Amino acid sequence: MNALVLSAVLGVVMMFSSIWLKQKSAVRTVALAGIALLLLVNILEMCGTVFFKVDLRDMLQFDRFALLFNTIIFVSVFIYFLLSAKDMEKVGVNYAEYFALIFFILCGVVLSSAFKSLLILFLGIEIISIPLYILTGSDKRNLKSNEAALKYFLMGAFTTGLMLMGIALLYGASGSFMTAQLASMSPLTIAGMILLLFSMAFKVSAAPFHFWTPDVYDGAPTVFTSFMATIVKAAVFIAFIRLFDDAFNVMQPTWQLWVAIITALTLFIGNITAVFQQSVKRMLAYSSIAQAGFMLLALFAMNTIAKEGILLYAAAYCLATIGIFAVLVKMSDYTFDGFNGFAKSNPLLAGVLVVFFLSLAGIPLTAGFLSKFYMLEAALATGKHFWLVIFAVLMAAVSVYYYFRVIQAMYFKEGNESNKLATSASFNYTLVVLAALIILLGVYPNVLLYWLYF
Amino acid sequence: MIALLLILVPLLTGVVSFFIKENKAVRSWAFISSAITLAVVAGALLSGKESSFEFNVDWMGGLGSNFHLKMDGLSKLMCLLTAVAYPLIFIAIQKTEYKNSNQYFGLMLLTQAGLLGVFTAADALLFYFFWELALIPVYFLCSTWGGEKRIAVTFKFFVYTFLGSVLMLIALLMVYNSTPDRSFDIESFYSSSVAEGKQSWVFWMMFIAFAIKMPVFPFHTWQPDTYEQSNSGTTMVLSGLMVKMGLFAVLRWLLPVMPFAASNWTNAVSFLSVFGIIYASLIAIQQDDIKRLVAYSSIAHIGLMCLAAFAVNKTGMQGVMLQMFNHGINIIGLWVVVEIVERNLGVRKISQLGGLANSSPTLAIFLTVIALANIALPLTNGFPGEFLMFNGIFNSAAFDGGYTLFGVIKFTASSFGLIFTVAAGLGIILAAVYTLNMIRKVFYGETNELTARGISLSMNEKVVLTIIVILIIVIGVYPKPLLDMTQAATDFIMSKADVSKFINK
Repeated sequence: MNALVLSAVLGVVMMFSSIWLKQKSAVRTVALAGIALLLLVNILEMCGTVFFKVDLRDMLQFDRFALLFNTIIFVSVFIYFLLSAKDMEKVGVNYAEYFALIFFILCGVVLSSAFKSLLILFLGIEIISIPLYILTGSDKRNLKSNEAALKYFLMGAFTTGLMLMGIALLYGASGSFMTAQLASMSPLTIAGMILLLFSMAFKVSAAPFHFWTPDVYDGAPTVFTSFMATIVKAAVFIAFIRLFDDAFNVMQPTWQLWVAIITALTLFIGNITAVFQQSVKRMLAYSSIAQAGFMLLALFAMNTIAKEGILLYAAAYCLATIGIFAVLVKMSDYTFDGFNGFAKSNPLLAGVLVVFFLSLAGIPLTAGFLSKFYMLEAALATGKHFWLVIFAVLMAAVSVYYYFRVIQAMYFKEGNESNKLATSASFNYTLVVLAALIILLGVYPNVLLYWLYF
Repeated sequence: MIALLLILVPLLTGVVSFFIKENKAVRSWAFISSAITLAVVAGALLSGKESSFEFNVDWMGGLGSNFHLKMDGLSKLMCLLTAVAYPLIFIAIQKTEYKNSNQYFGLMLLTQAGLLGVFTAADALLFYFFWELALIPVYFLCSTWGGEKRIAVTFKFFVYTFLGSVLMLIALLMVYNSTPDRSFDIESFYSSSVAEGKQSWVFWMMFIAFAIKMPVFPFHTWQPDTYEQSNSGTTMVLSGLMVKMGLFAVLRWLLPVMPFAASNWTNAVSFLSVFGIIYASLIAIQQDDIKRLVAYSSIAHIGLMCLAAFAVNKTGMQGVMLQMFNHGINIIGLWVVVEIVERNLGVRKISQLGGLANSSPTLAIFLTVIALANIALPLTNGFPGEFLMFNGIFNSAAFDGGYTLFGVIKFTASSFGLIFTVAAGLGIILAAVYTLNMIRKVFYGETNELTARGISLSMNEKVVLTIIVILIIVIGVYPKPLLDMTQAATDFIMSKADVSKFINK
């Protein structure tokens, strides 16, 4: 509750900050202080200090799962601001507004991680989506950015329609918006559930609803792609899991095969297409689809391990991808060849990038491995659809191909030595801390998961 | 405590190596580190306190995984091999130039940490961790230093082994799910009860992972290319130590954990092994590149060890363990010679060499002894190992009974033991053919312009080769200490893995 109120307030504060503060660095400092404050009040709530006592009429429930997830998100955003806030200056003139939009999105994230009513879910998803449309198109003079925004908006609006239709059907069947009261085997409920499944699958860019993703991620300014592909995606995933856990858990046999097929398709399309990309940015877009496929295993399994695992996965994936994008933003050449000889010119950056890519590929000692491990264990524990697990690891082996292509380019190929990136010392330190965090989570995940129960 | 120390020494010294900029200094540093490891192993084996070989602390509470290291006889033998091999390798490559040698030696030491971790881990998840961790530094080693095609070749190797590992991960998870106390501990794994329908899955997923590492036909295609393209130091680690990970894992993690599935598929696996022995030997005869010849010869030898392991017979098992050690020593010796020839003459094609015995007789003597050990002549270390293995294969009960392939093709032989023994024996003869042929063409015959220059061995190289030759002869004459070391481990594995008494095929 603390974070919900504060994030909305901070959004407004950021909007006005451009009037009062002339210097961009001042705006940035306010934003950083804001996100740190947000993190603080959220942790306070985890420890039992709630500032706002509002009668929520059970429409929202800030349980451990939601609060821990919000903490992960706020930490990720904090790191994201530290690394990339300066690069937002390059996008356009409305610097403070970008931060305002991001804080509004965070407000939506909080809503969609704690909802108990379909209305709140809808509200949360929309509050996330609408500022995103703007951020996608924020590079106003760039044709690709405009195209991406329009595409995203049209497709997004369409799926919002689907989602509303699903909610309406569910309301019609049960007479309630509360997720706890929805489950039944009536055709109306099943139709509503399927519509919700499809619309959420669209939002997390699961195949075959993924077609917007590569274009939007590629067209949007790279700093915002980083935000979209990580924080927003993880948030929608949590909403997805929560929805199916609260509302349709008892109907698992009905939807499990559907989800299994969507998972397999997502893994297949994401990984295979990523292999053929020439641009690292586009490869990361497909990789985000592939990673979504792995996260869908949690939805498929829907047990305790899956819920622990999805939190770990969200953290591992967000941290690694934010790190990679933070470096990518500073590059002039986004192709694989642009990374040639990168290890010689920027040894430190290359070193941390290796950690990030190893984590995404799921190599032990990194958080990425353990999160994949949790997903596989969750799926195996269900005892059903064994083929899906085998398929998932085969696809994980494919993913090694495109992640290691970057490592190969950086370390084993000759390139122009002159492409040394000008990075500040604080940027470098933050990346090193980020890499250390990924390894820490990979060796000792209880640092994070402990908070789920203590 | 010893077990933990074994991993920590190379790990920490390896990390430090990256920061030592001076070439000479980092080489000495790496050598000192490997000598310390050797001293630790030797000290522990001589003092022999059992409690020091185990280390157990809480790790991932929620998952039932502990940081548990435990060394049985087999682990001790493998740790000894790793500890002995590393100083030898470091001395042997002392003269070889490596760009950014601090990174090279750092990665080599990290690989050693991974290897020792694999050999000591007594927790399946930890085992998997080290299994992969040994691979990552090797990937960088092979890709950075080596032949022209190294990047693509190493990548193939990496993807292959990674694929195997992830399949193994699923298998480990399936066993984990059927342990009585939901734990990754090796003891829990030994008492697991995987559902009957899933056993074959688990077996094959594990076996493929290990078979890729060993490598056993038809999972071997990465191996000759990788050995040929990567630098000599890494090749020594790969062929001498890393392929033993596969055999080690079969003995420690596959046969005792999945005895019934293993017994069920013994004939299929043995057929692959035997086929691999003959096939690799025949190809080895055709090779002109010494490196490739040694690579294929290694496939044949490993095939024999795999066959003997699956024979699940006490004598054979002892032979496998002994031979794992011997093969490590012998093949490193061969690589050292190849490295010396290549560094001094710049070629390693058999057809371009000849008559080296005239110009460099010392090298010829060393190579001949090592080569004879490679074909298991009596009095060399290869002999007791192979003799025990053949004995085991011949007398094994595991191959008894008919066998049905896919429920269609029926083999009705009453025992495959004899057939496998004869076929594998053929491999020994072929080994003699290609090994002696190589010696004849490289060291005898006409001296040409290139070989007339001769090779004078440096002090380092003489020391390494002398130590290897001494090991070869000592173990060949008196293998008892090593056999005693593995005795208890063999008995234990047999008690878990020998299911012939339950099965009436």
